[in-house]
Amino acid sequence: MTASSEYVDYETGAPAVDGKAPSGPVNERWDTRRFEAKLVNPANRRKHTVIVVGTGLAGGSAGATLAEQGYHVVQFCYQDSPRRAHSIAAQGGINAAKNYRNDGDSIHRLFYDTVKGGDFRARESNVHRLAQISVEIIDQCVAQGVPFAREYGGLLDTRSFGGVQVSRTFYARGQTGQQLLLGAYQALSRQIAAGNIEMHARTEMLDLIVIDGRARGIVARDLITGRIDTYFADAVVLASGGYGNVFYLSTNAMNSNATAIWRAHRRGAHFANPCFTQIHPTCIPRTGDHQSKLTLMSESLRNDGRIWVPKAKGDQRPPNEIPEAERDYYLERIYPSFGNLVPRDIASRAAKNVCDEGRGVGPGGQGVYLDFADAIRRMGRKAVEAKYGNLFDMYQRITDEDPYEVPMRIYPAVHYTMGGLWVDYDLQTTVPGLFAIGEANFSDHGANRLGASALMQGLADGYFVLPATINDYLARNPHKGGITAEHPVVQEVVAETEDRLNLLLAVDGDRTPDSFHREVGELMWEFCGMARTDAGLRKALERIPQIREEFWRRIKVPGTGEEFNQSLEKANRVVDYLELAELMCLDALHRSESCGGHFREESQTPDGEAARKDDEFAYAAAWEFTGTGTAPVLHKEDLVFEYVHPTQRSYA
Amino acid sequence: MKLTLRVWRQKNAGADGAMSTYEVDGISSDMSFLEMLDTLNEELILKGEDPVAFDHDCREGICGACSLVINGDAHGPERTTTCQLHMRSFRDGDTIDIEPWRASAFPVIKDLVVDRSAFDRIIQAGGYITAPTGAAPEAHATPVPKPDADSAFEHAECIGCGACVAACPNGAAMLFTSAKVNHLNVLPQGAPERETRVLDMVAQMDDEGFGGCTLTGECATACPKGIPLVSITSMNREWLRATRKVSR
Repeated sequence: MTASSEYVDYETGAPAVDGKAPSGPVNERWDTRRFEAKLVNPANRRKHTVIVVGTGLAGGSAGATLAEQGYHVVQFCYQDSPRRAHSIAAQGGINAAKNYRNDGDSIHRLFYDTVKGGDFRARESNVHRLAQISVEIIDQCVAQGVPFAREYGGLLDTRSFGGVQVSRTFYARGQTGQQLLLGAYQALSRQIAAGNIEMHARTEMLDLIVIDGRARGIVARDLITGRIDTYFADAVVLASGGYGNVFYLSTNAMNSNATAIWRAHRRGAHFANPCFTQIHPTCIPRTGDHQSKLTLMSESLRNDGRIWVPKAKGDQRPPNEIPEAERDYYLERIYPSFGNLVPRDIASRAAKNVCDEGRGVGPGGQGVYLDFADAIRRMGRKAVEAKYGNLFDMYQRITDEDPYEVPMRIYPAVHYTMGGLWVDYDLQTTVPGLFAIGEANFSDHGANRLGASALMQGLADGYFVLPATINDYLARNPHKGGITAEHPVVQEVVAETEDRLNLLLAVDGDRTPDSFHREVGELMWEFCGMARTDAGLRKALERIPQIREEFWRRIKVPGTGEEFNQSLEKANRVVDYLELAELMCLDALHRSESCGGHFREESQTPDGEAARKDDEFAYAAAWEFTGTGTAPVLHKEDLVFEYVHPTQRSYA
Repeated sequence: MKLTLRVWRQKNAGADGAMSTYEVDGISSDMSFLEMLDTLNEELILKGEDPVAFDHDCREGICGACSLVINGDAHGPERTTTCQLHMRSFRDGDTIDIEPWRASAFPVIKDLVVDRSAFDRIIQAGGYITAPTGAAPEAHATPVPKPDADSAFEHAECIGCGACVAACPNGAAMLFTSAKVNHLNVLPQGAPERETRVLDMVAQMDDEGFGGCTLTGECATACPKGIPLVSITSMNREWLRATRKVSR
């Protein structure tokens, strides 16, 4: 036992048990569950109301599909239109085991790659189901008119993606997320027009209503008028995305936030593996303190670009004046067999290491070169342009540097959160009637997500999994109606929400919401970012409650709650980041192993690679909330690997 | 850089608005236009003033939320979204006018934020292919010729920002509507609803109070995604064809 595993500021409770996962051969489990799940008579479905929070790939596809099935759907997004959810920014593609290339792909191989890619911290049952459904997703999207890239014969084109040896990624230029989201949005629009979905745009969920142990509704604020309203339902589905914005700077949209899932956590939904965050290696570095967000450059660039830094520390020469012999192509040097195509977590950590050594480039030394000079010599500028033209243009627009002439500068950035609300095989949280889908849940990616798998999971959950499993809950828990705004629990939740907003407005201090967000974000990046240590995490755990205390003393929010007030929206989201950050650090501290995106410096192999500790940590950590600043309860869900046997990853 | 900003301030939909003048200093040429506005807002909050409200989200040019008229141009002097415009496009000492989208179908909500829900209703009128989940045939059952697939993609790139409407002297939504009509009508999957789609979407567009098209072409010039003007011509042809076919 290392010192860190003796950290005791939490209690261990009963194990978390997935009571819905069927047994039997892994490839039959989804069929078994679908058959065992009870159904709701089509005529009775319209009597059931389902709330869906979020309209990204998961929420959009779930809302549309539930409405098609006959349920009455009430759906929410904070954006002015459901079409703007952040899934729209996904670039690369979507995986599916179609085996159109006849290159040896299969459902089993996609399953295998995903379990291994997740560094053996995901559930086999869930991942196998994901791989099975992947093929149906492509059919569904093509039928909706998603304009995937095609070959001259009119058939779908595919490409390869990070660390995988088959070509199974379907794409629509560099805008795959946009096109898939518009497909879901259009299906949603059709159901809105048909009167099956009551859509509330510019409306943000602020709390969950739990009555008699079941999720029965939400409290939401109309962002235009400031009015706080309650909405009731037979089940609530959270599709509100990930929590990467806790780091302040990330590739997430500016308004992506953790409030829906954190409020649900406070109401009883366990939060699993919060420390599993993905730092993407190829993002455009920040230029100064004014930076508001970071922009990703597709990982496909690593196919032809070579990553390097100067061999000497503090070398200030322009890149073109640094001779070949004085460059360190460090990925090619350390990982000769995988070179520049090592997985995301490895590439990110290596970049951090060379920058920590003082060999980083660009402003503040927080960058490494991604050089296409060799590719241009080898393939010609035209070919490079055809392959990467739009990415090069995007880079040039942001940095004002021409990547055809000067090497790109890149640096890792927070991109995706594998952790999220704990869900069972039915995607139901520990609060009966509350479901979590897409990035909001924790279920499929383990400790590291493979490229082109987020879109696959969002759409699998929304189009196929949830619409099948939610029937079972609704059939077993028939509609009882009768909940109104006068219910004492509802009044209490509304009062708490109003009190919180009023307090934010009343403090009238001297610091802006952004200044606190930035402070906690920088703390998280330093101590709970790419590499974590026992001492650093303890420091962060000491500091976060102090920031929280200062927040409630010094926050300044102008205006009132009864109007369009973006400062109030922001401040309220920061309240939740200041609690979530603490749980992330505690989870990172307790998990004194390295796995996937979670790298603990104390746990590495002699050659500096992540060392997993399967004997101690082959479980998902589901945390139960007990109060702000009080010790949470840890429920461990043991992970059993019957088909893919855990091995230490090696890329040298 | 030091700049003078003249910004449209309007408390809410019902209030009168006016241009207000602000000075900002210490602006870096590497900042995006929205980061420059963030700087202004941080100062306003600390002074106890109401920060300038504006729509924004992804800040990488794809969500379509940002929507500013800058010195009279939708999304400013370059052909991109406001969030991808950088301060290096301006000079120290410049005076910059910042206004919301101006169109009767896009009423102002507050300051620079407008209501674009009319676009959602145009899509709801027919901007989809009826393909309920689970009913899809195998993806390769219907090959799509590459030129058609490419053309569909080119139109599907529309981000629904509304710059086309803001730039149009008539406040027309023809480019937005035609982008979706062409995306879906060119595909074999979209063929069964080809006629109803264009008729219903155009009818909804008219109902929303957008102006008529006089082929001025400002829309295509302002479009950050390069939806071509010929898109409108194609939609007109689709509409004529549908009118004749339906009346037969």
